[in-house]
Amino acid sequence: MKRSQFWDHVVLVLGALFMLVPVVYALMTSSHDAVSIYKDGLQLSPGGHFVDTYKQVLTEAGGFTKSVTGLTMLWNSLVLGLGFAFGKIIISMLAAYAIVYFRFPLGTFFFWIIFSTLLLPLEVRILPSYEIVQGLGMANTYSGLIIPLIASATGTFYFRQFFKSVPDELVEAARIDGAGPLKFFIDILVPLSKTMIAAIFIIMFVFGWNQYLWPTLITTDESLFTLVRGMKQILQVWIGAQIPDTNQAMALAVLAMLPPVLIVVIFQSWFVKGLVESEK
Amino acid sequence: MAGIQLNTLRKIYAGNVEAVKGISIDIKDGEFIVLVGPSGCGKSTLLRMVAGLETITDGELFIGDRLVNNVEPADRDIAMVFQNYALYPHMTVYGNLAYGLKNRSIPKDEIEKRVRKAAEILEIGDFLDRRPRQLSGGQRQRVAMGRAIVREPAAFLFDEPLSNLDAKLRVQMRMEIKKLQKELGTTSLYVTHDQLEAMTLADRLVVLSGGVVEQIGSPIDVYEKPASTFVATFIGSPAMNLLPLAKSGNEWKLDNGATVDVKLNTDLSDLILGVRPEDLVIEELSEKFDSGLHTALTVHVVEPVGAESYVHGTIGEGSVDVVVRAPGKLHFEPGQILKVTAKPEKLHTFDTKSGKRIELEGALETA
Repeated sequence: MKRSQFWDHVVLVLGALFMLVPVVYALMTSSHDAVSIYKDGLQLSPGGHFVDTYKQVLTEAGGFTKSVTGLTMLWNSLVLGLGFAFGKIIISMLAAYAIVYFRFPLGTFFFWIIFSTLLLPLEVRILPSYEIVQGLGMANTYSGLIIPLIASATGTFYFRQFFKSVPDELVEAARIDGAGPLKFFIDILVPLSKTMIAAIFIIMFVFGWNQYLWPTLITTDESLFTLVRGMKQILQVWIGAQIPDTNQAMALAVLAMLPPVLIVVIFQSWFVKGLVESEK
Repeated sequence: MAGIQLNTLRKIYAGNVEAVKGISIDIKDGEFIVLVGPSGCGKSTLLRMVAGLETITDGELFIGDRLVNNVEPADRDIAMVFQNYALYPHMTVYGNLAYGLKNRSIPKDEIEKRVRKAAEILEIGDFLDRRPRQLSGGQRQRVAMGRAIVREPAAFLFDEPLSNLDAKLRVQMRMEIKKLQKELGTTSLYVTHDQLEAMTLADRLVVLSGGVVEQIGSPIDVYEKPASTFVATFIGSPAMNLLPLAKSGNEWKLDNGATVDVKLNTDLSDLILGVRPEDLVIEELSEKFDSGLHTALTVHVVEPVGAESYVHGTIGEGSVDVVVRAPGKLHFEPGQILKVTAKPEKLHTFDTKSGKRIELEGALETA
């Protein structure tokens, strides 16, 4: 018992180190100045330029056109992450609501159609998607960044399963209480799905925040760059004729990591609740 | 407040399954009607048709004097209490009671007044701020009833509301429902599969089987004059003993040859004799009376249930299990032979083929 626990801990500690050491490297390195990193390599101890570096990264315009600051990119990422998450939740909840509670011709068929889109991730349909969005004049816009991605088979599937587990009597009681389809959805179903929504929000926000391929294709205007997409671009330009600003690159990486980590840490208990239990 | 009229209601599900086969019931204003029957008899379907949760395939449904076949449940002026309570888990008790009223745009102070009143009647005033999750089964049941009461509907519909409660609480809530219904005087339709619940609650019982009405009547009528062998065995516990009866010459005889004194004008050559366990008397333990039936009973098992004992046995080769319900604690050995008897007016006769009751001559007066 003791022995196996010891090995469990060894494995866990190793796993945690494996995950965390690169992050610590990035964080520590970002607190040194570019010259010392160039000389001494990546750092594991705190340096004295933490505030300078982050201030510079956040507020100083960089990139080819010098039109985008770290703050702008942070904002763009936030818009993408939130738009992506809320969009997906709204669309998939409504889709699941229709599938579960309304009998319409070919309802099950449509569900499976939606479900089968799981087999077609963005990478597979990237060219046609790009063509369409480009053709609609949505390239280099927030809507072009968000809308083509918000249809979610996973979300629809989760909500469908959840709605199916809501007792029928609840629907019937609401009908007798005079709640129409819209009222039932807003007054009963949405509050019941709270934990579920939170769980999906976390997954989708992180997923949206980390999008790389789609933003790379659809935004050529630097002022619309997200952190994840912009980081490399910005750095390459900075490298130019001087010492590479590795400290700034690391700072951007840390900044890019921070919001998803915060969201997960803050909503952790909701997240677990949403996945394992339902308030019924 | 209003009566409810069901005119040959029919429900046919997809796949041509006929769950309700033309049921007519005339429910008077303020009456407490209990629909009782085994599972699958169509009682819940019928109730849900009245509620508007199931469409009506055929027939007419009136609540008051309004034809409501195609009226939404919310506009039928009914309230329903569900078996699993169906409380909104994310709302407080107050919110649960008020929700239906809010949707009807009833002014806030009126809602408040009605909720307080209902809470007082049901003694749930202390829980108004709690969530259903924090309540016990009995309390949830009260909240579910409260949700019905605040609506002040023309009729209450109950769908097996007590089946999720433990036995003790069930008896208590049963009495409370009955008391409440009498106080409020609201027409009620109550579905249950528990015949004891049905007997104690109903002004009139509707016994259903296979989508048709077997019998409608007051609990005592149904008990004393079951219209068919189905009703006879379904109502009453232990169930009525049913024994085949055959005509030989001018006499009616049981399988074991015992003569039964039934006065009947019939061309039939065989019948089913029904006698309730409590109407069978062990001769050694009773005073003499004019008997309609004498037979020997071979004891198999005695079940003491406290105040009385159920004696199970057979009357000869191949006989069905016959139960005698005798007062007191009795001890008989298996295999012991007892003489049992019954008063002539306690005997019931049924048609062998249809299972329908055949009235004994002169029995009308004695019942």
